Amino acid sequence: MQNQKKIILVKDTNMDKETSSMIDKFLFGLRERGLSEDVKVIRAADLNIYNKGVVVKIWPENITYANVKKDDIDLIIHRTVENGKNIDELLVSETNKQLRIVLRNCGIIDPEKIDDYLDNEGYCALAKVLSEYSPDEVIEQMKISGLRGRGGGGFPTWMKWNFAKAQKEETKYIICNADEGDPGAYMDRSVLEGDPHSVIEGMIIAGYTVGAQKGYLYIRAEYPLAIKRITLAINQAREKGLLGDNILGTDFSFDLDVRLGAGAFVCGEETALIASIEGKRGCPSPRPPYPSVNGLWGKPTIINNVETLANIAPILHNGGDWFASIGTEKSKGTKVFALTGKVNNSSLIEVPMGTTLRDIVYNIGGGVLNNKKIKAVQTGGPSGGVIPENLLDTSIDYENLQRLGSIMGSGGMIVMDEDDCMVDIAKFYLQFCVDESCGKCAPCRIGGKQMLNILSNISEGKGDLEDISSLKRISQALQKASLCGLGQTAPNPVVSTLKHFEEEYIEHINEKICRAKKCSLLSIYEIIEEKCKRCSLCQRSCPVEAINGNREVGFTIDQEKCIKCGKCFEVCKFEAVSL
Amino acid sequence: MGKAYINKIEVDFNDGDTILETASSVQIKIPTLCKHPDLSPTGGCGICVVKIEGTNKMLRACCTKIEDGMKIITHDPEIVEIRRTVIELILSDHPNDCLICGRNNNCELQTIVADFGIREESFEKIVKEIPQDKSTGTIKLEPSKCIKCGRCIEVCQDIQNVWALSFLERGINTRMAPAGDIQLKDSPCVRCGQCSAHCPTGAIFEHDHTREVWAELQNPDMHCIVQIAPSVRVAVGEGFGYAPGENLTNKLYAALRRLGFNTVFDTNFSADVTIMEEASEFVERFVHKKGVLPLITTCCPAWVDFMEKFHTDIIPHFSSAKSPQEIMGTLCKTYYAEKKGIDPSKIRVISIMPCTAKKYEISRSNEMFASGYQSTDFVLTTRELIRMIKQAGIDFNFIEGEEPDNLMGDYSGAGTIFGVTGGVMEAALRTAHHFITGNKLEKVEFENVRGLDGVKETSVEISGNILKIVVAHGLGNVEYVLNKVKEAKDKGKEIPYHFIEVMACSGGCIGGGGQPYGVTDEIRKARAKGLYSDDKNSEVRCSHENPFIKQLYKEFLGEPLSEKAHHLLHTKYVPRPEYKK
Repeated sequence: MQNQKKIILVKDTNMDKETSSMIDKFLFGLRERGLSEDVKVIRAADLNIYNKGVVVKIWPENITYANVKKDDIDLIIHRTVENGKNIDELLVSETNKQLRIVLRNCGIIDPEKIDDYLDNEGYCALAKVLSEYSPDEVIEQMKISGLRGRGGGGFPTWMKWNFAKAQKEETKYIICNADEGDPGAYMDRSVLEGDPHSVIEGMIIAGYTVGAQKGYLYIRAEYPLAIKRITLAINQAREKGLLGDNILGTDFSFDLDVRLGAGAFVCGEETALIASIEGKRGCPSPRPPYPSVNGLWGKPTIINNVETLANIAPILHNGGDWFASIGTEKSKGTKVFALTGKVNNSSLIEVPMGTTLRDIVYNIGGGVLNNKKIKAVQTGGPSGGVIPENLLDTSIDYENLQRLGSIMGSGGMIVMDEDDCMVDIAKFYLQFCVDESCGKCAPCRIGGKQMLNILSNISEGKGDLEDISSLKRISQALQKASLCGLGQTAPNPVVSTLKHFEEEYIEHINEKICRAKKCSLLSIYEIIEEKCKRCSLCQRSCPVEAINGNREVGFTIDQEKCIKCGKCFEVCKFEAVSL
Repeated sequence: MGKAYINKIEVDFNDGDTILETASSVQIKIPTLCKHPDLSPTGGCGICVVKIEGTNKMLRACCTKIEDGMKIITHDPEIVEIRRTVIELILSDHPNDCLICGRNNNCELQTIVADFGIREESFEKIVKEIPQDKSTGTIKLEPSKCIKCGRCIEVCQDIQNVWALSFLERGINTRMAPAGDIQLKDSPCVRCGQCSAHCPTGAIFEHDHTREVWAELQNPDMHCIVQIAPSVRVAVGEGFGYAPGENLTNKLYAALRRLGFNTVFDTNFSADVTIMEEASEFVERFVHKKGVLPLITTCCPAWVDFMEKFHTDIIPHFSSAKSPQEIMGTLCKTYYAEKKGIDPSKIRVISIMPCTAKKYEISRSNEMFASGYQSTDFVLTTRELIRMIKQAGIDFNFIEGEEPDNLMGDYSGAGTIFGVTGGVMEAALRTAHHFITGNKLEKVEFENVRGLDGVKETSVEISGNILKIVVAHGLGNVEYVLNKVKEAKDKGKEIPYHFIEVMACSGGCIGGGGQPYGVTDEIRKARAKGLYSDDKNSEVRCSHENPFIKQLYKEFLGEPLSEKAHHLLHTKYVPRPEYKK
């Protein structure tokens, strides 16, 4: 399974208009020179370079050219592809600190072709495990590797496997948790869409290790492409004898099925996920018993997240030691993040554990959008927290993030600048958890709603200082007395913004101002006479007729009537409405 | 087995015991609003949290199994504060109408709020107005009072296997309702009332008929007859501070007279009639091979409803004999009216029942009007009767006992054990034995059918015939029995039973949905004991030996299963859809 072929990856990093015609040109040029058989041209999903026109990557040499024009193509084929020489004018030097293990194949192979995966060392780990390793040896390698659950909890994967393996039951299950639900997160989706076989291979190895015969991929129904590709990949794997009876001629049999999630965030919690697969209402159950002892249909069940599973094959192919050499003392390997928010290069990134947040924002993310001042980075999605600017040099690992009041989570990472209001951020995430609470336990069901009401009051200028102690008190009840992780972590965005930005809350309460001008009910809209062109658009747009005046004398806003909807601010073409 | 420490007290425990259970063994009460001893824990309320020494997390005592060497702290200032906050949160989503709530003074939420000394509402009220569901006329749902503990749903789904109730929606909008958001009367609900008996608040409540009964009692033209069901006598005392199981039959008769009832009868008498008919029916089928076996008892209206909805194929196996309540109603408006020369249209029959489904039974089919009138007019549950006695200012604890009225007040020991699982079977066996052999039983007790095991399978020998019987209680346990019947039928094999008794509620009527709150297996056992001693102390132990039964057949009905008996005392069953549109 050695890779003889060259691959050319093409991606228009600006608007993606040019890619197709550039690929055609490459194909034409290659055919002219009789290279069609040896060189593959692929439209890349993401090359992690932004705003640099058409980017071309040549594999396996890993040469990257940016701002490529059509006229450069013949030269690239002639000089680089045929003769192995660089074109210095086009070359970009990458200061990329990324390391791709999970995303190793994403954007590089054709995810709908199993042969592409096989060409890139696919299923080598499985072959090695089935022929050389006993289940105990697999667990030993996993233990050496130090891999921890990438779904958010960070529980050592080998331990989970070992619990399930120790159970004396005949029937066991492996579940891949692909119910990715954090707002803005698309790590799992990218892996499923870009490299479905890596997840399947991980699941088969897990099945062999714990003695399971059946696995399920629980994928949210909102990921149709992921579902299509994973289904295709399962069929391909079956055809090749990688799934089904007697895998690779051994006496190990294992098969996979897909189950769709109906869109409840709480079904990412493992006991709720199991209930959902069983056809029950998606509500969590008390743990213990843990699923590894008593899971799907009462049988021992391993539930691993997509990213965790995509790490398995590389670990077993390269050895636990190799994986353990990456990362920090307690957090090994890499972590995929969906880097978004006020950052120049919003993208999916994969970095070794231990990379600092500042490195991610400035070196990989290309700095803050519009060169504004960074305020904080939010990690961990709705269960996470904000990390203020002065702590950005913290290196990322499970323990550090937790110490700062955030969590690793599944990998959401949102950069926030001075235009972001911390009360508003807390409200946004809490609203998400309130909407997604299953309603089973009182602390989460009622506590979340009460906290949200308090935050709404604060953001509308109706808060008082006692609200802060109420928030803290309810937060504690949620953290300690909620049944599942959703409720236990739902207050985190509030707790962490209170920890690092309490003064913003106090400003909202005492001075009735929102410095980021996000809380619209706290803003005062005024018309700047000098800028006003008296077009009357604002007056006509106002839903409550709060704008007095006419085109002769000009316009003023009646603050008594104004409902602070912001409509006048939006419609004014002359920036004559101030906030 | 293992050893652990709770608040530094060394405790022994059995494998599988929870922290909550083990704590109670050393006199530590951990508060909870969702855990009920009958039900598996849901973990819904979050009040029972405890700490494990050395960890940061709190765990739910209700559903965490205690482990060897565990060091548990159940009460410290932090835990109490968390519990207080959770209770206040629950209170913020609960209406403030304790004074006019059916559970006032008897509400688990009210009690816990009082215990925690909560004197102010720290959080904004966010109670949602949700319409009540009074559609069944037996059980009333008031979802705005629901604290979403999930007990009603557990008992409806897991214990009763009815699946009428469910949680709808999610988050703060979560509400308890009939599955599919339909009216309860159109759902598979069999009106057993176990939901109301397990509800910690006033969210599920029996449909109160006390005011209608007061109105009848006040009407001078009406002759009001009351009958009390077997199991009421051993549970009613709980409303007045008596221990569960204390037999208060005679005090009840006296109290009912003081309430203004003209005639006081006892359902135990009509239970004896039921046995005369049902035992005869069994003998017909078993000895004379007329009709199919096994014969299945039908005293329990929730079970009848369940079968008419879910198991229509076994209708031919059902005993056609009416329940004791209906037999009493019918006889009051025929036999008694004739004998006393009272216009039956001026008779009102009110029955005191442990049961909410009995409210449904009185109009469930045309046969309930066989007397020419609706035979039973109103049904009050034990809980409603307790309230009426208190309203009437009757000092129940000190009232002198009285005797029932003649004709249909005296009962046999067989009649009284109808109120407990296995009792109908035992009573029927006593009489069937006599009908088959013509002899008097030396030992009338059939101990194998007694006790709280969910399914009791046994066999009895009557003059060389082996009679295979089974007793099930709690509708969830019926499945096992019926599967065996159906399996045998499908395979053309011999059905493993001749006679089946089913009671919808765990323990039988002593654990009925209309009985005083707080029932546990301990209380069920105490109430059962009360009925078995009533039986033991009875002079007459068998229905057919009751002189008033003999008189009834001699003067009015003729023989059991006579045409008249058939017309008045038997009923029919029809399939009813599980869901109505």
